Amino acid sequence: CLLLALSLWSPPSDLPPRPQAKPVPGSSHSESSTMRQRMKDKLKAARSEMGLPTAEEAYNFFTFDFDPEPDEETRKGQKRRTRPEGENEEGEDGGDDDEEKEEEDKEEVTEELFLIDQSADDFLVFKRAEYMGYQRRLQSENELLFTPSFLTVPASSKVPENMKPRYLEEEGLYVGERPPMSLTNQNILENRILKQEQVRWFGDDGRIMALPDPIKESSTRPPLFHIEDDLDPALQTVYRKALVSKHASQYISVGGETNGDYQLDVDVSGLIFSHHPLFSQEHVLGSRLVQLYDQHLSRQHRNLTEHLTTKLNGLRNTIGNMLEVHGGQRLTPVMQQRISEYKQEVRNTRRLRDLEQEKDRTLLKGIVKIWKEIKALRDFQRFTNTPYKLYLRREEVERASDVREYEAEIQAEVDELLDEMEEDYQRKVTEYRRQQEEWKVWRRKQRAKNKKKKKTQSQLDDNEDDEDNDDDDRTDGEAEPGPPKPKPPEEPDMEGVEKQVSEKASRIRRKPGEPILVPELTASGPITPNEQCPRGEFARREDVAKRSIFIKVLYNDKEVSRTDNRSLNSDFRVHFGQIFNLKIVNWPESIKLQVFEVLGLSTTLLADVFVPVPESSILTGSAPSEELVFSSNLRVMFDHEAVGSDVPFSFEVDGSNRQTLLTSGKLSCSVSWAVGEDDVPLAPPTTQPNGLKQLDAIASIGASGLNDMKKLGEWATESRLDPNDPNNADIMQLLKVASSGEVTAPDYFRLEQLQEEFNFVSEEDLEQSRRFRLLRLRNQEVAEFRNYKFVPAMEREVTDKVFEVRSLREIVDTKGHLDAHRALVAKHLHKIRESIINRFLIAKHHFIMSDLVQEEQVPTIGILGLNLFKLAEPKRPLKPQRKERKKVTAQNLSDGDIRLLLNIIRAYDIPVRKPSVNKPAVTSKSTRSFTETLTAGQSQRATQGSDWLLNQVQVRPFVEVSFQRSVLQTTTADGPNPCWNEDLQLPFSAPNGDYSTANLQSMKDEIFINIFDEVQYELGGDRGKEVHTRLEKHWLGSVKIPFSTIYFQSRIDGTFKVDTPPVLLGYSKERSLASDGGYDAVRSLTEGAFITLFITIEPQLVPGETIREKFESQESEGLLLASEVFERDAAVHFPDRPCLTTVININGKTVFITRYLRPLNPPQELLDAFPNSPQEATDLIARYVSLIPSLPDSVSFAGVCDLWSTCDQFLTLLAGDEEEHAVLLCNYFLSMGKKAWLIIGTAIPEGPTTYVLTYEQNRYLIWNPSSGQYYGQYDTFCPLQTVGCLVSADNVWLNTQAYTSPLRIRFDVTKAKLWKPFFSRAFPNPGLSSVQCITLHIILHLPFPKISLTCRIEKILKEKIMEWRPRNPTRWNRYCTSTLRHFLPKLELSRGRDVADEHRLELQSLLGDYRISGFPLHLPFSEVRPIVEAVYSTGVHNVEASNVEFALAVHVHAYPNNVLSVWVYLASLIRMR
Amino acid sequence: MTANSPSVFLLMINGQIEGANFPEYDDLYCKYCFVYGHDWAPTSGLEEGISQITSKGRDSPHRLVWNFPLEITFKSTNPLGWPQIVVSVYGPDTFGNDVVRGYGATHIPITPGQHTRTIPMFVPESTSRLQKFTSWLLGRRPEFTDPKVVAQGEGREVTRVSSQGFVTLSFNIVTKDMKRLGYDTTATETTHTHTHPVAAGFGPGNQTLSM
Repeated sequence: CLLLALSLWSPPSDLPPRPQAKPVPGSSHSESSTMRQRMKDKLKAARSEMGLPTAEEAYNFFTFDFDPEPDEETRKGQKRRTRPEGENEEGEDGGDDDEEKEEEDKEEVTEELFLIDQSADDFLVFKRAEYMGYQRRLQSENELLFTPSFLTVPASSKVPENMKPRYLEEEGLYVGERPPMSLTNQNILENRILKQEQVRWFGDDGRIMALPDPIKESSTRPPLFHIEDDLDPALQTVYRKALVSKHASQYISVGGETNGDYQLDVDVSGLIFSHHPLFSQEHVLGSRLVQLYDQHLSRQHRNLTEHLTTKLNGLRNTIGNMLEVHGGQRLTPVMQQRISEYKQEVRNTRRLRDLEQEKDRTLLKGIVKIWKEIKALRDFQRFTNTPYKLYLRREEVERASDVREYEAEIQAEVDELLDEMEEDYQRKVTEYRRQQEEWKVWRRKQRAKNKKKKKTQSQLDDNEDDEDNDDDDRTDGEAEPGPPKPKPPEEPDMEGVEKQVSEKASRIRRKPGEPILVPELTASGPITPNEQCPRGEFARREDVAKRSIFIKVLYNDKEVSRTDNRSLNSDFRVHFGQIFNLKIVNWPESIKLQVFEVLGLSTTLLADVFVPVPESSILTGSAPSEELVFSSNLRVMFDHEAVGSDVPFSFEVDGSNRQTLLTSGKLSCSVSWAVGEDDVPLAPPTTQPNGLKQLDAIASIGASGLNDMKKLGEWATESRLDPNDPNNADIMQLLKVASSGEVTAPDYFRLEQLQEEFNFVSEEDLEQSRRFRLLRLRNQEVAEFRNYKFVPAMEREVTDKVFEVRSLREIVDTKGHLDAHRALVAKHLHKIRESIINRFLIAKHHFIMSDLVQEEQVPTIGILGLNLFKLAEPKRPLKPQRKERKKVTAQNLSDGDIRLLLNIIRAYDIPVRKPSVNKPAVTSKSTRSFTETLTAGQSQRATQGSDWLLNQVQVRPFVEVSFQRSVLQTTTADGPNPCWNEDLQLPFSAPNGDYSTANLQSMKDEIFINIFDEVQYELGGDRGKEVHTRLEKHWLGSVKIPFSTIYFQSRIDGTFKVDTPPVLLGYSKERSLASDGGYDAVRSLTEGAFITLFITIEPQLVPGETIREKFESQESEGLLLASEVFERDAAVHFPDRPCLTTVININGKTVFITRYLRPLNPPQELLDAFPNSPQEATDLIARYVSLIPSLPDSVSFAGVCDLWSTCDQFLTLLAGDEEEHAVLLCNYFLSMGKKAWLIIGTAIPEGPTTYVLTYEQNRYLIWNPSSGQYYGQYDTFCPLQTVGCLVSADNVWLNTQAYTSPLRIRFDVTKAKLWKPFFSRAFPNPGLSSVQCITLHIILHLPFPKISLTCRIEKILKEKIMEWRPRNPTRWNRYCTSTLRHFLPKLELSRGRDVADEHRLELQSLLGDYRISGFPLHLPFSEVRPIVEAVYSTGVHNVEASNVEFALAVHVHAYPNNVLSVWVYLASLIRMR
Repeated sequence: MTANSPSVFLLMINGQIEGANFPEYDDLYCKYCFVYGHDWAPTSGLEEGISQITSKGRDSPHRLVWNFPLEITFKSTNPLGWPQIVVSVYGPDTFGNDVVRGYGATHIPITPGQHTRTIPMFVPESTSRLQKFTSWLLGRRPEFTDPKVVAQGEGREVTRVSSQGFVTLSFNIVTKDMKRLGYDTTATETTHTHTHPVAAGFGPGNQTLSM
């Protein structure tokens, strides 16, 4: 407001005066002031209402001319006119309020000064805030406010006038418990309600209406525990390793998750015989007495009579009350109905009570009678066998009141009966009347009929007119039977009733004034000692003493334990008191206790007692002890006093009244589920295999096993459950369901009941919709549709072709394979891949903070120090260090952004052309053995050297790089050791334009680096000046590098061995003559050509981090922890050394690495091949292993993980990456008795990989398992660059030496300084068993004919070559082909070594006229596609000469277990002439 | 693609990033980009842009005005993945480092006509107090790896953000063939101005609010 006020005092002077607002002379002052006042009010109102006016309102306010009301207008006019006169007056008498006056004065001043009419200034009032004294305010507040008192409100004011509070509960209606509330608050609330006069909030009982307390006493939810809170130690969770269940489904652990840790406690406390063969007569009577007495006690305990009597009285009172309340008034039908119901109830209750009373009475009589018999028997036989003694206690009663009660009771009953009879009579009377009415009507009809009849009859015989109507009636009645004539009901016999009642009362009730008899049975009486007994009795007692009893416990009909023998006492009670804990695995089906009697050595089964299997809620400690009755029909007779069993005997002397008793008794025991240490019941889950479904309702009332709905319903109606009681809600619900016809309550719960209403199209339509299917597939991130763009808007535009891609993927795989086994394997692999990818996709959607938010790490001291150090660095150092390029996250890239950079530096030892001289070269036909290989190079060099000097023909190699079908090549260089040093840039495009890491990782593309020789031929240059030359390129060798390797390593830098064919027709190995010192000497140790390369991706891509998902494992927790610590330590101290202790097996579980190593027998066939030369055999096995096709995991399981399969899985799948090869090779070596280890390290070009290390002949050899090559430890060309750790079958060692290169480290793992073992003395190897099978399943025979495969490959390749030469005819030289075909088996036998020269000679002699260039290719066989690719990459088909001919031969060599090696011999021939 | 049976519909967006309300910061500029589903493709116009730096004026001490035009046309077959505009605002902190001042996103209005949207802006919070301090010191506040993150719901549960201010955008939407393809987005009242309830707009009448 301050702003506005300020602006008021500086009114804009440049505003033109508004004519409308000009003060008009002649307006009366009073009117102008009222007008002003009104404006002020309005402004005030506006302000007070909304705080501040909005811009619009303000504008309206100032511009609006108030003219809609004509009266107003005229008045305004007057006002204007009168105004100037009134000004002075206003100034003088302008009201009592000083402020207002002052304000108005100001206004006038401004008005006069600036001639501006009312602006906002006019309507502002400044005044002090009003103050009201405290007392005054209190007073005024008292008028407005009401403070409810907290005194209790009298009940009378809460119920409507002239009404008594009515208590529903006393009327027998259910009233729930009210929620607790403090009395003060309740009073305040009641007072407030009274003040508001809303009496409807009070119930009939004068209290505030309230719903029953909704809070359940026990929580229905398991309690939540917070980790930070201190948990009760008993509630602390204990981690238990999940165990694999060994039990089948009939066992309790159905799911296999919870192993049966269940325990049944069988408590056999003892047994009592109610009859035993060895009972004497007195015993029989005694036991009978005891039984009766027990019955008596239990009846007394339940006290039904008393209960029923009170109920009866209650009912009577209720009826009386009801009649009284509605005394004179007519009863409503509802009331009548109620009263009659009550009466019915009274009748039933009375009947029950009478029954009970009668029973009580007879029982008492029976007890007394038996006791008398016992006494008589004791007197008769003169000794006592049983200690029982019965006392009858008298309780005197006051005679007068007793009589009165008695009479009153009889009177009440009589009244009721009379009432009933009266009622009955009345009913009968009304019935009678009704019937009579009916009968009369009927009779009248009959009469009318008869008259008609008579008329007809009278014509016939008039004479008979006067005959009795009765006769007619009778005859007619017989003819058509009508209702019989009702009889009037009999009058009730009022006198008889009273007689009956009193008679009954005297029969079943105690006579008035008679003392109440309370029997008391004690077992304290003396038993006559044995010596004083007659002989028969003595014998019996002896017999009893000899016997003993034990009980067997049978669980599911198998004996699980038995009690001790307990001797039988004279009272025939046996106490065991033994508890058996049964640890059970099977479902409990039956629990049986067998009672055995032992006499000497013989045991007899007395009885089987079946114990019900307890509910799972019955737990030890709370289980009641049950008494189970048993009996046996065994016939036992004795020659002494005992009565025997199943033998008739009599108590009478004369033998009359014979009885037959069977052995029987009561076994008291309890079976319950045990409670575990931490109060966990050891009971199985309630789901029972027999499919007995328990409905909630029944279980809730504790009556389990009730399945008969009808009975339940009957019971419910009989027991008159209060339907309002929430405790009965379950059962009422159940009954409702049951009565509605459905016998079973629905056992499912529907969450979305209305779902069907909202389905706008049926499920089938949705399934059929192609568009929807497409959308769904895309949403599920199915590989083919993950990035599908532009799902058509219309259903019709979605073609079925779209889905064919998907179905094709499954089919093509199998089609592309030439043999069924591999197809199966491919399928299996595909499945594994699918599942792994799915898991990966799920994991990919779990984000962590760093995925979303880039945040600077908190700098550590080390980093800070380093940064400080950097400040002091020279800006342009003399020796610059390579800086890491900026990495690019792959997501915002598109086609063309990424390039592949290749720097081809140089090559060594390229094969040179062989001059086509006819004289056969002096070849060294030495068949080199394993050791000779190392020295073989020299001999060759000597012979070749002279040639080179003579013939200037050398080699002009160039390099061609192809990637994703784009091809680039270098310039041509000269000589066998060319130096190109050229940069090549290849474009890179990701499949489907998806540059996500996952997609890039799964790219299978390979970079082919081929070395060719450029050959220049002169054509027809013989006679003219024109010399035509033709360029031909001859393939010399290649290097393949998968893209994934580059992607993961970001750059590849090094010298690679060129994959050269074993034989190159027309070429020979040339050794550099200038042997410059030691370097060359070292290099010549290995043969073959080499090429130095540098490959990288520009810009650098961030390789996706492999997801460190915590995989489940069956290793022990300690081992996993140790391995984690070990790996972490390794990563901290030696970040560049790969360390592996646990790997993931094909099921996705973590397995300790040493479990993979175990000696495994190589195929016998391979061992037999070179029985004398172990070296050769080793070589062959390495070759065999390398022939198993390689399939990098990183490609198939993109970015997920490295999966290790066991050797048998590997051999079945016939595909795996370096790890599997290495493991298999290592296992073979171990079985051959070699010392072998796995090397976990890095190599070029593979990156992190696994090699095999062997120790033989005092030197270490490093084997590349995927190529079958071996290298000495000091071989410079060994592709292994870093040794991270070594793994043997029982330990893992981490390399802790200063260097990682195999050249510079020592492989002696016993040196603790150099190698840090995983299992040490502190943490010994727990004896991990191997995951490998003991023997590998070897398929010796091929499941398909080898020949057919050869033919098919050959056919496919030939077709492909023709396809690649669309413009030129392709001729096949059959002669050459057949020659080549003969070479191939030889090549296989020599494993590609050293047959070149013979070979060439042979060919040359045969085909002298041709210039041949060709080579054999050797590949492991997995499918046809790689073979085709390899052939394509050699570029043989590119020979453009018109007279070219081709030759192609294929050979397949089968190794055991379906491992195939494929040789393809390719040659191009050009006629010389 | 005949006129009778179109297979795509077009969504044309004209508008501008009018300005922002960042009470604490000055000298801000903004970037925008669009996030849309697989079935969408821009046919013309700029998909992303970066605005000039604007300072607060003397007479409007809380308002930053960019008036940065947006103009883009999308075509699509499927309303799934309806385009969203993601706006991120940057400006220098006390040490002169360029730091992010807010991210925000909103769907392009689906009904044709004129619309005004005010979107609240937020920035991710540092994970710890120490980190907050160092990031303040070094001028490297936490940022989203990709501003487009704010247009998607997945993975947001791992972030904590704090609110910063508001950016106001106005759109003029024209659609073509939507109805033909069975999508009726026109409301009963075609021109519907939507203002975010929390923020004030920049209409001339709102000056009185500053009292």
